[in-house]
Amino acid sequence: MTAADPGPVAAGPPVPGRPAEAGPLTAPAARRPWAAALAGNRRALAGLVLIALIALFCFAGPLLYRTDQVTVHLDLAQLPPGGGHPLGTDANGYDVLGRLMAGGRSSLELGLAVAVATTVFGTLYGAFAGYLGGIADALMMRAVDTFLAVPGLVLLLIMVSMFTPTLPGIVLLLSLLSWLSPARLVRGEVLTLRTREFVQAARMMGGTGPRVVLRHLVPNAAGVVIVSATFTVADSILMLSTLSFLGLGLPPPHADWGTMLTGGLDFLYDGSWWLVYPPAVILIATVVAFNLLGDALHDALDVRLQRT
Amino acid sequence: MPPLLDVRNLTTHIRTGRGTVRAVQDVSFTLEAGETLGLVGESGCGKSMTGLSLLGLLPPGGTLVEGSSVRLDGRELVGLPDRELRTVRGNDIAMVFQDPMTSLDPTKTIGHQVAEPVLLHRGVSRAAARERAVEVLGLVGLPQPRRRLSDYPHQLSGGQRQRALIAMALANEPRVLIADEPTTALDVTIQAQILALLADLRARLGMAMILITHDMGVTAGNTDRVNVMYAGRIAESTGTDRLFSRMRHPYTQRLLASVPRLTQDPALLLPTIPGLPPDLADPPTGCRFADRCPYATARCRAEEPQLDGTAEHRFACWHPVDGPAPAEIGGKVADAVAGAATGGGEGAAATTGLAEGPAAAGTVVRPRAPEPAAAAAPLLEARGLVREYPLRGSWLPGRDRRVVHAVSDVSFTLARGETFGLVGESGCGKTTLGRLLVGLDRPDAGAVTLEGTDIGTLRGGELRRRRRDLQMVFQDPFSSLDPRMRVSAVLREPLRIQGIGTAREQRARVAELMAEVGLPERGLDLFPHEFSGGQRQRVGLARALALTPKVIVADEPVSALDVSVRAQVLNLMKRLQAAHGLSYVVISHDLAVVRHLADRIGVMYLGRLVEVGTAAEVHRRPAHPYTAGLLAAVPVPDPAQERAKRGAGIGGELPDPAAPPSGCRFRTRCPLAQERCAREEPALRSFGPGHTAACHFPLVAPAADSPSDVAAGRP
Repeated sequence: MTAADPGPVAAGPPVPGRPAEAGPLTAPAARRPWAAALAGNRRALAGLVLIALIALFCFAGPLLYRTDQVTVHLDLAQLPPGGGHPLGTDANGYDVLGRLMAGGRSSLELGLAVAVATTVFGTLYGAFAGYLGGIADALMMRAVDTFLAVPGLVLLLIMVSMFTPTLPGIVLLLSLLSWLSPARLVRGEVLTLRTREFVQAARMMGGTGPRVVLRHLVPNAAGVVIVSATFTVADSILMLSTLSFLGLGLPPPHADWGTMLTGGLDFLYDGSWWLVYPPAVILIATVVAFNLLGDALHDALDVRLQRT
Repeated sequence: MPPLLDVRNLTTHIRTGRGTVRAVQDVSFTLEAGETLGLVGESGCGKSMTGLSLLGLLPPGGTLVEGSSVRLDGRELVGLPDRELRTVRGNDIAMVFQDPMTSLDPTKTIGHQVAEPVLLHRGVSRAAARERAVEVLGLVGLPQPRRRLSDYPHQLSGGQRQRALIAMALANEPRVLIADEPTTALDVTIQAQILALLADLRARLGMAMILITHDMGVTAGNTDRVNVMYAGRIAESTGTDRLFSRMRHPYTQRLLASVPRLTQDPALLLPTIPGLPPDLADPPTGCRFADRCPYATARCRAEEPQLDGTAEHRFACWHPVDGPAPAEIGGKVADAVAGAATGGGEGAAATTGLAEGPAAAGTVVRPRAPEPAAAAAPLLEARGLVREYPLRGSWLPGRDRRVVHAVSDVSFTLARGETFGLVGESGCGKTTLGRLLVGLDRPDAGAVTLEGTDIGTLRGGELRRRRRDLQMVFQDPFSSLDPRMRVSAVLREPLRIQGIGTAREQRARVAELMAEVGLPERGLDLFPHEFSGGQRQRVGLARALALTPKVIVADEPVSALDVSVRAQVLNLMKRLQAAHGLSYVVISHDLAVVRHLADRIGVMYLGRLVEVGTAAEVHRRPAHPYTAGLLAAVPVPDPAQERAKRGAGIGGELPDPAAPPSGCRFRTRCPLAQERCAREEPALRSFGPGHTAACHFPLVAPAADSPSDVAAGRP
């Protein structure tokens, strides 16, 4: 046997293209599994397209369709759709289509600003709380619980009735209320991530706490963060509309969808449908679009988790 | 009379996003009552899928292809409507799954879960089903079965859970029991108990059994016949004795040769099977093993061999071998290092497909310290290490302060270039000890010194610099690499953190590391999930090497890997050690792995080091009954030896580490325990040079006038 046995030395030349264990190396998997999963997901695509259309409408629309949204024209009030006003005019004589665009701008800006602010702060807060653990974690999370115990809408109402609301002011207020959920989400994620061996490995190399958090924990928690950010955009837009609907939103001449709805309701019984349906439809469409995207991202992440 | 189970041309296809995976291809075998058939092979070879296909339990997208036939007592199961198939599942054919942690519903009581199949299939009353549950739980050796009925799975230990799972499978007295890796998740000692239980039950109940396993040792002692599976097909099928002594398929030969054995010469490298099983969505045209086979010829790549041969020994190979490979087939450690030095770099040699093949013969003295009792100062020393974890809530007033004694008074030394192996069952504190050694955790008492410096007193920058000398290789290659980092970033990170070199130098070092562990340089741009388990473990080794450490602590470095890949990683560790003069602390529950790597072995039991000695000595002349029991429990890939020792080994399970037994902690499971063991804690005594053990009634005579108590540093 030994004489006939070729052994590894005499086993012939290596097979070209098949180095040791080369299987997966020769066929790299999709480099960006998220992007691939998103592209193949109809809901995500629908959400993204809808968001793009609404953004285009709000930001590029005014360049093509110029309207005066500052001066009151009572002579042009309550015109039904037609003529120079495709969606008619409201009680102050503002063009409804142009006002939808202006209102959308502030809604989208607010939503994105709140999402970015809360995500950045909430993520860091949650990541450090989870990484530090122990007493620091307990204190930090009790602070979150305390904030959560404050009824958000009531606080908002008090604040806006005390101070004249401005867009940055409302962004700040809404951010104060909504950084809590990303903080909790990320903390939970980090609690499971920090026991993983790659975190210990980073510590073994002498990596510092901030390095571990920023380089390893936050990128790995990015999935939940992005999903929550998407939902935050939708929530903030709804919240602003709620405030405006209650008459406590941005003061005139600022436009926003919630205020338009309130204004329209007064005249709904007069048959002025064009004052209610357009802002309602675009508001719903925006919220639905962001929720679709968030849902799809969530699913895409789940798939990724199953794969690894 | 037809055989009890007759499987013909079983072929399972699974439709996935990547195409059709031919998971099981043309598998035929028979099974008689009272017989055990082993299904062995690497993971992904279709073993489990074969088991599931018999029951019609296919994953989404799975179908049994036309022509497949499974006959139970002459009754065709393929094509039966689901309603009728359900009367077979869990009744005539039952299954025991691998992982006792996930196979039981955590929200239902054990009694409910064991009674469930009885209720489903027998149409008896709830009370009668409960009675049956008590009966089978007793049958599988669960202590006090009636009291266990209302327990939830988390209240049972891993071994008890596996017993409960077996009880569930047995509740309806199945005629065929399919056990899918029933002991893989368990400790060797518990594994031996469960395997003995299965053998006993099979004999008493006259069941037929299909044992699916990747462990050649388990196969040897517990099967009558074996089907070796490769890439969804049967590669070889014969009686167990014949398979181990006169195998014909090169895959069987290599698979068996790559298993580390207790009796093996550690100076030899393990023979490995290079490469990975083929992608079953796109199987090769010829013999599926051809790419990894040392004997493959053009014919093998062109034409697929059919399962052929005599009725009692069938194999599918164009160039069959005859019997096992010689031990030297893997080559020597020294040769591999020499070959790497002279033969144009290890990277090239390692990536050619036969990584460990020596490129140039020649004898080189191993650059290691073979004498563990060297007079020189130890590189790493652990002195009286204690680590205790308080139990949850024990700081509250009015509650007892209960602590888990993870590590109790452990002392040992590690010399330069030496490998110290730590073995013990899970829960014995060996992982905690490893974390203490590298400074990931701080001891409550005692100290770890590296070249005379107590690493516990280091802080800040000093500690960071010292970390370079102490690195760790982790157990799970899936969680030890950050999934969001490319391999190049993973390997550069230690250099960045330590501020070593410029960006260009770091890149060069990273490329060098890849070559050193035998991975191609283009792997640097990939993410960890694009690698196989063995490749990931190589990346883990490369990362540990990046800072040129003096000591590497490897916690179960190969336990998550397949046998053939395991051998590759073990060989790589040996080669790296010889090339760099590394010292290792290897932590493993697998005595054979430790025996293969280590110069000296420490056996841990419930937080204590109960025996320390040279690897050969501990293996040949164990002094502590626990060591002897562990050695006996290791499955040996030799049918005769394995059958001879059935039922040997250690009974019982590890006691609660929060309330360790008085005196000798092992006494509750020790066959030799006497009253003195409960009263008096045994001190470490000498059993020869460098060989100590803590036992009142050792298996070998202690050396005269042993300076035990002084050495152990105990009062």
